[in-house]
Amino acid sequence: MAPEPFLGDVDRSPVTHHILSVLVENKAGVLARIAGLFARRGFNIYSLAVAPSEGQARFSRVTIVVDAESAPIEQIVGQLNKLINVVAITDLAPKDALERELLLASVVTNSENRAQILGLVESFNASIVDVDARSLTLMLAGTPRACDELEKSLEVFAEVELHRTGRVALPRLTKTEEN
Amino acid sequence: MELTGAQALIKSLEHEGVETIFGLPGGAILPVYDPIRDSSIRHVLVRHEQGAGHMAEGYALATGKPGVAIVTSGPGATNIVTPIANAYMDSTPLVVITGQVASASIGTDAFQECDITGITMGITKHNFLITSAEEIPRVVAAAFHIATTGRPGPVLIDFPKDIAQSKMEWWYPESIDELDLPGYKPEIVLDLSSIEAAVALISEAERPVLYVGGGTLKSDATAQLVAFAERTKMPVVTTLMARGAFPDSHPQHLGMPGMHGTYTAVTAIQKSDLLISLGARFDDRVTGKISAFAAGAKIIHVDIDPAEFNKVKPATVSVRSDIATALEAFDAAKAISKNLDPWWEMLNGWREQYPLVYAPTDDPALLRPQEIIEAIAASAKPGTIVSSGVGQHQMWTSQFWKFDEPRTWINSGGAGTMGFGVPAAIGAKAARPDVDVWCIDGDGCFQMTAQELVTATSEGFPIKVAILNNAYLGMVRQWQEMFYEERFSEVFLDADLPDYVKWAESMGAVGLRARTIEEMHDAIRQANEIHDRSVVIDFRTPASEMVFPMVAAGASNDDIMVHPLQEVKN
Repeated sequence: MAPEPFLGDVDRSPVTHHILSVLVENKAGVLARIAGLFARRGFNIYSLAVAPSEGQARFSRVTIVVDAESAPIEQIVGQLNKLINVVAITDLAPKDALERELLLASVVTNSENRAQILGLVESFNASIVDVDARSLTLMLAGTPRACDELEKSLEVFAEVELHRTGRVALPRLTKTEEN
Repeated sequence: MELTGAQALIKSLEHEGVETIFGLPGGAILPVYDPIRDSSIRHVLVRHEQGAGHMAEGYALATGKPGVAIVTSGPGATNIVTPIANAYMDSTPLVVITGQVASASIGTDAFQECDITGITMGITKHNFLITSAEEIPRVVAAAFHIATTGRPGPVLIDFPKDIAQSKMEWWYPESIDELDLPGYKPEIVLDLSSIEAAVALISEAERPVLYVGGGTLKSDATAQLVAFAERTKMPVVTTLMARGAFPDSHPQHLGMPGMHGTYTAVTAIQKSDLLISLGARFDDRVTGKISAFAAGAKIIHVDIDPAEFNKVKPATVSVRSDIATALEAFDAAKAISKNLDPWWEMLNGWREQYPLVYAPTDDPALLRPQEIIEAIAASAKPGTIVSSGVGQHQMWTSQFWKFDEPRTWINSGGAGTMGFGVPAAIGAKAARPDVDVWCIDGDGCFQMTAQELVTATSEGFPIKVAILNNAYLGMVRQWQEMFYEERFSEVFLDADLPDYVKWAESMGAVGLRARTIEEMHDAIRQANEIHDRSVVIDFRTPASEMVFPMVAAGASNDDIMVHPLQEVKN
């Protein structure tokens, strides 16, 4: 049974998740090795983002948000490190991480809700990236919490198709309490 | 020099110093079998791929060198999955080469295709699918490097048929820098502060125990261990995987810990105030109920694999190192223990009160399994290698054989693979033709892999097999007797079916049978005089015999059950 997923970021769940930024060799099956390791050891992945890394074809960056209650973070990092294709792991606690995520949502519009949606776009500092006669697509690049809140705000609309990327993160340059 | 991929593979194995490979050909691996004819490498033709894997394990455990097996795709590959899993659990260095369908056919459900890299992802240290002939030397060199360094383990190379048939210009990597392994860094810089912290704990301990695991054998640390133990006067226990790492004849040796360990070894750990784990991993068969395991002890955990730290039991001090290096560092840091005389007084009291025992037979003509093992051990030359399957006979061998040399005990620990004994013994004999190799087996185990005695005969690896034939899957029977109210379910095997003597003879071995003490001594004497053929002795033993001491699964080690003869009568 999956544990209750945590929603939002630092404020709501200060210690239950860690962000592992994992540099891997860009080889066939690497993602299966990571996913398989998590599955067989009973570690939970909350979100996963994968992309080629830093312009090098040889490596990819896998950003894994793990539920540190499913296993001690030391165990997760230790086991991941044993995968031969894993080159480096940066373990970021939420307070030390700058986390961002991308949200895309297409909403069917009408004369009644259009102003309301545009208001949301403005208040979340989102942007409109596609429009046709009966719907529009908006985009938000922001904190996971902002994405959570926008997602919740969009629930009132009848027809919404919404995708999120999973988060990426970098260490904070300055350690502050502000996001 | 232009070579085919198949030639490059065999030449790469030669470059790695491989002398013996265990295997069985088939369609996808067929091209590789052609250059084997011209190679200096000896190929041992097995009768089942599982046999190839266990032979490679026996070879590796007897020598410390990597065992090598080669099989075809599909069912050939899946048949060797059990040995791979077994080697992974016991950190045994193996390189397994599987044939694969041609690259263009991968993913099409081709004949004898299976996704063996996917299947073995969780039971190998690493695996490779070869994608071009040019990379063969690099992948083979990387496989041996990975299998044998750091915490050893099995590595699989999946080898598509078209690549075996394609051409490449021969080269071989000259250093590990050419292996393209940016994520693999087995070198360790010893953290001296961890050594100092450990030495401080050692100096304060009143009831320390050296908990010696299989990593001590992997690190060839017997000499360092004996020196360290003797200098600090600390008691030693050796796990099932470490039997032989510290001589059983040494007065500081308390025996094996765990579910069927000696009372003194189990209880010493329970009462200890400092547990020094040397290449052990706090397996559940050692710890019993983990919350009750060594509850009053601080823990120094020495391991080459940092993922073992705090996995099961939090360590007070963790030392990332191979065992030999760590023991040398403890010495260099002048680790001194307190006066342990009061501790030894307790330990010796337990040893005296609860030695390993078994009941004398009501009928002196009947055989007890333990006395068979003691009789074989007493007649064996020094350095004799012993393998076993898994079950009661394995526990009795571990208890009653006295191991005085490293790499003389070949067994399946973590995986508990029945049928391991016969092929592992053959692999050990292939590695060490100069020493006698006994397999103490059960009748259930023997029936799983006995056909490899044909391999032993045809390839000239004579081994001696002692079947402790109690006509039952004995360990399961014991649990049913103790925990299922003697409701025996599907454990009876029949002592006379098969006829083990005839079966042995049909495989080119000498078959003997012993039912009495006199016949036992006679059969062992005959077996020791035969060197040109394998010998199988069918020893008839009582099914009622049980392994003691015992800690019930999930119970605290404090609740160890001693032999009924030793129970205190109230």
